[in-house]
Amino acid sequence: MANHLHDFLIHLGDNALILGHRLSELTGHGPVLEQDMAMTNIALDLVGQTRNIFQVAASIQGGGASEDSIAYTRDVTAYKNVLLVEQKNGDFAKTVTRQFFYDAFNYHAYQRLLKSNNKDIAAIADKAIKEITYHLKWSAEWVIRLGDGTDESHQRIKDAIETLWPYTGEMFKFADYELACHDEGIFPDIHSIKGDWDEEIKNVFAEANLDVPESGWMHDGGKRGGHSEHLGFLLAEMQFLQRSYPGQEW
Amino acid sequence: MSATVSKEQIYDILEKVQDPEVPVLSIIDLGVVRDVVLNEEGIEVVITPTYTGCPAMDMIEVGIKSTLQDHGFEKVVITTILSPAWTTDWLSEAGKEKLRAYGIAPPQGAAKSKRALFSEESGIICPQCNSTNTDMISQFGSTACKAQYKCLDCEEPFDYFKCH
Repeated sequence: MANHLHDFLIHLGDNALILGHRLSELTGHGPVLEQDMAMTNIALDLVGQTRNIFQVAASIQGGGASEDSIAYTRDVTAYKNVLLVEQKNGDFAKTVTRQFFYDAFNYHAYQRLLKSNNKDIAAIADKAIKEITYHLKWSAEWVIRLGDGTDESHQRIKDAIETLWPYTGEMFKFADYELACHDEGIFPDIHSIKGDWDEEIKNVFAEANLDVPESGWMHDGGKRGGHSEHLGFLLAEMQFLQRSYPGQEW
Repeated sequence: MSATVSKEQIYDILEKVQDPEVPVLSIIDLGVVRDVVLNEEGIEVVITPTYTGCPAMDMIEVGIKSTLQDHGFEKVVITTILSPAWTTDWLSEAGKEKLRAYGIAPPQGAAKSKRALFSEESGIICPQCNSTNTDMISQFGSTACKAQYKCLDCEEPFDYFKCH
């Protein structure tokens, strides 16, 4: 089925679902209780946003599709999330850096989706933007704390930035379905997100005593279903129950 | 089902449905019920979530259905809307008082910019000793709608229902 609105919703939902799942892996394993709860809360928001998005996608898809069938029964190549969100948690600095790079994008993307001419997407964004604003505040503050902290925290976040930077370019390399949605007013003002993101990174890194890396070579492919090896392992765990016991509920 | 039931009667019944995570609040206090529509088919209750991922919503739906059924209303449809997005402004004054008595500081004043880094809502009143000498521990608390604070006078930690 070629339907750019459907594909865009899947992409949007997959970003939230995969990042939410990654954060949920840390539930009970956070460095301190308060931050364990923060990451768990952010995971909850993201998975909640995924449900709303997939409900709309399921209604377009028809044929008995549901938010659960979309999340639990697709294979890895059908996932359209950016590669950044499927990267492993690593240490706390890497988790925070991944979150900050994504939150800064997500915040500015959802600011635009608020003005979408698609009523469902605008309503989801209206709800989600409040939550995403908290996420960005949290991750930006931690980038500053770690960057401007001890020698060790500074070094760790520097390493994390170096590792994750090549995954940031994909967010701004818009897929065909995103551009088609842009042309129809579903995703307004798409091309200006990069400028806002650059500004966000520059300001927070300046405060954190961190250098913004040179642009350089960037990975891509996630939006079209070409993923790193990490996603398959993540799905194996996330989908286990529905794969082994189809339709199981509790 | 009685043909003469009024919207007000349904609202009165819904006062008995509690928020499972803050059991002193009814869903009416919380501002989660946006509308009640009566028609030949039965009763439609329109609700909105406080937070997108709020796990209490499923429980609230079950609570609405079973409470209305206990009052003889069998045909109940629940519709969830996302927009306009829930805000703490919809929390009733009675609800805020109940929160305080329960040990949760109710939201204070109008929401400030959530973008300012390292900013926090200050002067939050401790629900134990009423001091305003309090500090935020974390933006994220035991549920999505609450932040963690501590009182610097009575030294008790407490939940703050954040302004949103």
